[in-house]
Amino acid sequence: MKLNQLTIHELQTLLREGKTTAVAIAEAVFSRIDAVEGRVNAYITTAKDEALAMAEQADRSIGEGALKELTGIPVGIKDNMCITGMKTTCGSRILENFVSPYDAEVVKKLRDAGAVFTGKTNLDEFAMGSSTETSWFDIARNPWDLDRVPGGSSGGSAAAVATDECIAALGSDTGGSIRQPAAHCGVVGMKPTYGRVSRYGLVAFASSLDQIGPLTKDVEDCAIMMNVIAGYDEKESTSVPAEVPDYRSFLSRDIEGWTIGIPKEYFVQGIDPQVSSAIDGVISDLEKLGATCREISIPHTEYCVAIYYIIAPSEASSNLARYDGVRYGFRSPQKEDLLDMYKASRSAGFGAEVKRRIMIGTYALSAGYYDAYYKKASQVRRLLRNDFDRAFETCDVILTPTTPTPAFKIGEKADDPLQMYLSDIFTLSTNLAGVPGIAVPCGYTDTGLPLSVQFMAGHFQEGKLIQVASAYENNASMEKRRPEL
Amino acid sequence: MKLSKADVEHVAHLARLNFTDEEKDTFTSQLNEILMYMDILNKVDTSGVEPMTHATSLNNALRDDVRKESLGTERALENAPEEAGDCFKVPRVIE
Repeated sequence: MKLNQLTIHELQTLLREGKTTAVAIAEAVFSRIDAVEGRVNAYITTAKDEALAMAEQADRSIGEGALKELTGIPVGIKDNMCITGMKTTCGSRILENFVSPYDAEVVKKLRDAGAVFTGKTNLDEFAMGSSTETSWFDIARNPWDLDRVPGGSSGGSAAAVATDECIAALGSDTGGSIRQPAAHCGVVGMKPTYGRVSRYGLVAFASSLDQIGPLTKDVEDCAIMMNVIAGYDEKESTSVPAEVPDYRSFLSRDIEGWTIGIPKEYFVQGIDPQVSSAIDGVISDLEKLGATCREISIPHTEYCVAIYYIIAPSEASSNLARYDGVRYGFRSPQKEDLLDMYKASRSAGFGAEVKRRIMIGTYALSAGYYDAYYKKASQVRRLLRNDFDRAFETCDVILTPTTPTPAFKIGEKADDPLQMYLSDIFTLSTNLAGVPGIAVPCGYTDTGLPLSVQFMAGHFQEGKLIQVASAYENNASMEKRRPEL
Repeated sequence: MKLSKADVEHVAHLARLNFTDEEKDTFTSQLNEILMYMDILNKVDTSGVEPMTHATSLNNALRDDVRKESLGTERALENAPEEAGDCFKVPRVIE
């Protein structure tokens, strides 16, 4: 096995025992990037020189006996989070040349833990999409089948982890943007509870839904990353001052006696039969581990897509008002007066999907329509959250497929926004309710595409997700494969 | 139809976006299709339901009013498309 194919915990052991160096790990990662990046396009910016300098620093601290949680571990960062001195494009022309003047809080935490940054990963423009096709910087591709999408919007992070172009990555998840690409690329992805991880330095999309989380090669690495990034930040007004447990301590516990809820509303029309049979396999594996799986109901599930596609675009239309060509970002040279300059800069700087969402959101918030759309959606959102609160009174975690189908073909849904929106149908609800969710690989289709199971838990119960996901992963009957490139 | 082409033009102005005639036609039909889908919410009785605006029960996050380090003028201007002295420069607003 090459160094870049290993997990965080495997590399930590090698580093601790002096069997490899951070520089050797970084070199292995960049040699892989050189070999496959032309086909996968997982990154918008790679930062080899900076990474090697960070790796040398890591080796020096190891020499001094200071091995921290992520010392010498190459991590990719989704290109909507700020790293000082590096571009943060958000996959958009409007931020094509924006250089971050400060570190996002998660970046600072990774830096303090000794991580090495490989670069900035590809995404749908402003994280709006489910396929990484709306990036201004060319589409990312699925390493398991280059004609298919890697999912989105954190498609670059998922593809980079799957191809060993980094050891772990950060993504952001507003309606499934970590879990859906993790599912399509065969990696582990967690969206923590709203308020668990600081969003300071994450470019805002929909502020009542956005959350940062890890994409990793296994569940143990997910726990390691969560230990580093979780926690209160006074710079972030929605950050919750709740105690953060040691997520690694949940890794080796059993799930004997657990109740796992299977919401009947998630098993209706449109699910690929291979997804259903993989999920049946997971249920049977969990029952062998002593858990009881039983049917539950989340009655307002059918409204998730409608709630989400009112609330997210409304908040986006407000958040994206700041891109006006004045303080940073693209400014159109065509500018008769200030209003012209705003309009010309925004029209040339944003792509079609971003404009579509700004238009939906502006309409939904405009005079006379607020009650019918935003308020109505926020009320149904409350009812959905109540459904989840009730469900977690009777079960430890909820189990669903992560996506209704395996990765779709590039271009297949690009011209049909509503069909694209429906591909997030199983992941949206956790963002709306604010609860955490994790996507875990659970098999392959007969053509070799990865399949994924999602677990959800109550607010701040990420530990339960790590526990069930790790118990499943350690005992699953599925074989582990790597994409061949 | 919920939305006419004139509505699309009005919303585009509010959002500070320009569209070609062809784009306006595409948006009119796509936005109508999306808004029709949203009608599904009218099936739900929400009378007396408090709208949920955030996923946590946090109220205002306050801290002591003490001065802290901030970005500073120089770094804040690093990404400016145009600047003049310590300011962002924009096209003339007042005649």
